[in-house]
Amino acid sequence: MVTNITSFGRSGLSDWLMQRFSAVVLAIYTVFMVAYLLLNPNLDYYAWTALFDQTWMRIFSLLAFISVAAHAWIGLWTVTTDYLKSTFVRVGAQSLIILAIFVYLVWGIQILWGA
Amino acid sequence: MSNLQVSIYRYNPETDSAPYMQEFQVDTKGRDVMVLDVLHMMKEQDSGLAFRRSCREGVCGSDGMNMNGKNGLACITPLSEVVKGNKLTLRPLPGLPVIRDMVVDMGLFYKQYERIQPYLQNDTPVPAIERLQSPEERDKLDGLYECILCACCSTSCPSFWWNPDKFVGPAGLLQSYRFLADSRDTATSERLTDLEDPFSVFRCRGIMNCVAVCPKGLNPTRAIGKIREMLLADAT
Amino acid sequence: MSNLRSLTFDAIIIGGGGSGLRAALELAKSGKKTAVLSKVFPTRSHTVSAQGGITCAIASSDPDDDWRWHMYDTVKGGDYIADQDASEYMCSEGPKAVFELEHMGLPFSRFDNGRIYQRPFGGQSKNFGEGGQAARTCAAADRTGHALLHTLYQNNLKNNTTFLNEWYAVDLVKNAEGDVVGCIAMCIETGEVVHVKSKATVLATGGAGRIYASTTNALINTGDGIGMALRAGFPMQDMEMWQFHPTGIYGAGTLVTEGCRGEGGYLINKDGERFMERYAPNAKDLAGRDVVARSMVMEILEGRGCGENGDHVFLKLDHLGEEVLGKRLPGIVELSKTFAHVDPAKDPIPVVPTCHYMMGGIPTNIHGQAITQDESGKDHIVNGLYACGEAACVSVHGANRLGGNSLLDLVVFGRAAGMFIEGALNEGIEYLDASESDVEFAMKRITRWNESEGGESIPALKAELQDIMQTSFGVFREEKNMQEGVKKLEELRSRIANAHLPDKSNAFNTARVEALELDNLMEVAEATAIAALERKESRGAHSRYDYPDRDDVNWLKHSLYFPMSKELKKRDVNFKPKTVDTFEPKVRTY
Repeated sequence: MVTNITSFGRSGLSDWLMQRFSAVVLAIYTVFMVAYLLLNPNLDYYAWTALFDQTWMRIFSLLAFISVAAHAWIGLWTVTTDYLKSTFVRVGAQSLIILAIFVYLVWGIQILWGA
Repeated sequence: MSNLQVSIYRYNPETDSAPYMQEFQVDTKGRDVMVLDVLHMMKEQDSGLAFRRSCREGVCGSDGMNMNGKNGLACITPLSEVVKGNKLTLRPLPGLPVIRDMVVDMGLFYKQYERIQPYLQNDTPVPAIERLQSPEERDKLDGLYECILCACCSTSCPSFWWNPDKFVGPAGLLQSYRFLADSRDTATSERLTDLEDPFSVFRCRGIMNCVAVCPKGLNPTRAIGKIREMLLADAT
Repeated sequence: MSNLRSLTFDAIIIGGGGSGLRAALELAKSGKKTAVLSKVFPTRSHTVSAQGGITCAIASSDPDDDWRWHMYDTVKGGDYIADQDASEYMCSEGPKAVFELEHMGLPFSRFDNGRIYQRPFGGQSKNFGEGGQAARTCAAADRTGHALLHTLYQNNLKNNTTFLNEWYAVDLVKNAEGDVVGCIAMCIETGEVVHVKSKATVLATGGAGRIYASTTNALINTGDGIGMALRAGFPMQDMEMWQFHPTGIYGAGTLVTEGCRGEGGYLINKDGERFMERYAPNAKDLAGRDVVARSMVMEILEGRGCGENGDHVFLKLDHLGEEVLGKRLPGIVELSKTFAHVDPAKDPIPVVPTCHYMMGGIPTNIHGQAITQDESGKDHIVNGLYACGEAACVSVHGANRLGGNSLLDLVVFGRAAGMFIEGALNEGIEYLDASESDVEFAMKRITRWNESEGGESIPALKAELQDIMQTSFGVFREEKNMQEGVKKLEELRSRIANAHLPDKSNAFNTARVEALELDNLMEVAEATAIAALERKESRGAHSRYDYPDRDDVNWLKHSLYFPMSKELKKRDVNFKPKTVDTFEPKVRTY
């Protein structure tokens, strides 16, 4: 078995499963959003905030954000291990990716539950 | 018919600082011969040309190479199948270190094959006759055991190019499934445990280059899918 | 040559085909320091091309099957110069060896009851020829050799055998007492030449079909072990006996298994007649291979051949139906589409007898120990030298091998050699070391090529040799033609001795390997030619127009060719099996 400490679940199977699960969440979220926008052609700021004031929408959105984070990490981790052969460069790139994903995730949570 | 124009990859580590493409004119007398025959005609012009060959009938797997951009066995590839515009470009199998001309170092390929423990494991007492296996159970090995280890598939797989030391590759995984699918093998869970990391199996992205080039018509992608199913069933 | 690096092993096995790998497996399990030295990666060896199966009385298709019936068929098939003690050993030990292969994982085809599938093959009978056609050939579809070779390689991996892959053995090293104590070998990848020291040297180098222009054999079948042994002065047995397989694909030479006829296919001439009914009324298309091959040539010579030039016949399979072909003969369908442009489900395959197997080789006992003969005609063991597989002549095939017996020969005698060497090593073996001049003597040949400065080209000489053999030593032979052949070979030998190796580079120099192989082809061809000329009778695969009958008074003997004097002597055939009554020579009909 190839050991690896930087992968998401440290197991190919959990990574693989997580990538598929997050993809499904994102697909549903995308379909919901497109449908909502199409059904509300005269959407204004109040309707939009009303939607996001509801707890179920916040949870749904948070699930989508976490899915983006997981999906992006697994995908980009794979890309870095394919193409970046220098350990130094690869670990650096992976650190940047983690940092960026973390920032976006916290920022997203702040937007959802913030003022 | 004019002579066939062959452009072939040359590299002799003792005399060449870098590889280069060399042009040959080969008179096939208009016959639709195999690419291996063309290589022999070229070797008569230049005895230094190095390539592997043995059975010349597509069962030993020696002469896998890249012919006009596609991997295959030279001995069972007729010119009519690959030549376009009277031109044939021959290169060694991609992604492996070149030893000389068309001869590549297959060490990493064999290492991945060995890694999957390509032999039957059965810890039950050995019977006095053969172990019984129904024709249906035996049918499950069809399309798996026929692999000739020519490396056409693994060397056409980008995932294997980037991680030949960690990703088992289509050939090794086909053999891995050959033993997972064998009703006589009792090491299934050990075999699966050894494959669940993010590289060995899961680096396959399902682009099916392996299926497109296999000279024996085998389907490693399907075998990889079956291994994933088994891993999932085992872990959930 | 003291600057040569040396490698030391308890046993070195030269050749990574079926018999070599089987011997190696036995030794690897015993923990002896063993290496397999092979000029190709082991699964590229010619065993991989074997199709139809491995013949053995495992009593699967017929629960009453008996190894003695198999032994009878083998002895009769060999036209009574197969050694009966050796045939007895092979046929009785066979089931054990086949079951071992199954336990190792060989993916045999199966009957509904889960046992190993067996198909009929040529020359098989029940009840000592009285009970009709038997079905005794264990098969993995029509890829049995492939399945067998891969299984053996896999099990050698399991047991951590040391492999020297893509190494070429150049010549044997003998000590002052004439014992074989190793060999000179070259790493093909780097060109490095080393002295391999070993207490047991096993020649498992396979056949030499490439002495003929048209052969089913792989390009690597150049008789390297035979060449090495002949140059070291050891005799060869029954070298005139070359099997021509009835069904090589016309033009390409690739093999179409006898299993096709076992599954119900048959041969037809240009009139569509199933002509084997005339030549072998009982066994028909499943008569001995020599009988079928000769019948085919007779048809062609008498003007009933097929095609524009009337120079081949057809193998008809379409009546078997696509399902049987797909299930039992998938490889044949593939091969005939590729090499004959024929779909056997629709049209017959053009076939012609093609050189296939060398019944002769290094004479050995059932333990694989090489044998030589002294002036008085007494047998002696050659210390340190062993042979098994096609390179050896135990002899279980006599003058004609039965289909499916080669794979059995490989595993039974590969295993036997391994077991015997293990025992001998346990008892302790001490031979005199080779001196510097002994090593230098073994280096002579490779040094000659490396220093060659001009002369004829290697491929052209090889083609000439193959033409001579094809013309003068084919299916039918005749004194005058053979005499001319012998003379031409003699002249060719001196030209080869002065031929030129233009490429002297070290890294993966295949031209150097081909030069060394040419010497071996020359040795095998000459041994074959002289033995064929001297055996003045027709027996098994050796058919002479000028001596059309079998001569049991003078020639119920092995021939023994001595390379130094180029003389042919005779050696007694063994008629003393241990547990069954002797099979006395009878007229051989099918």
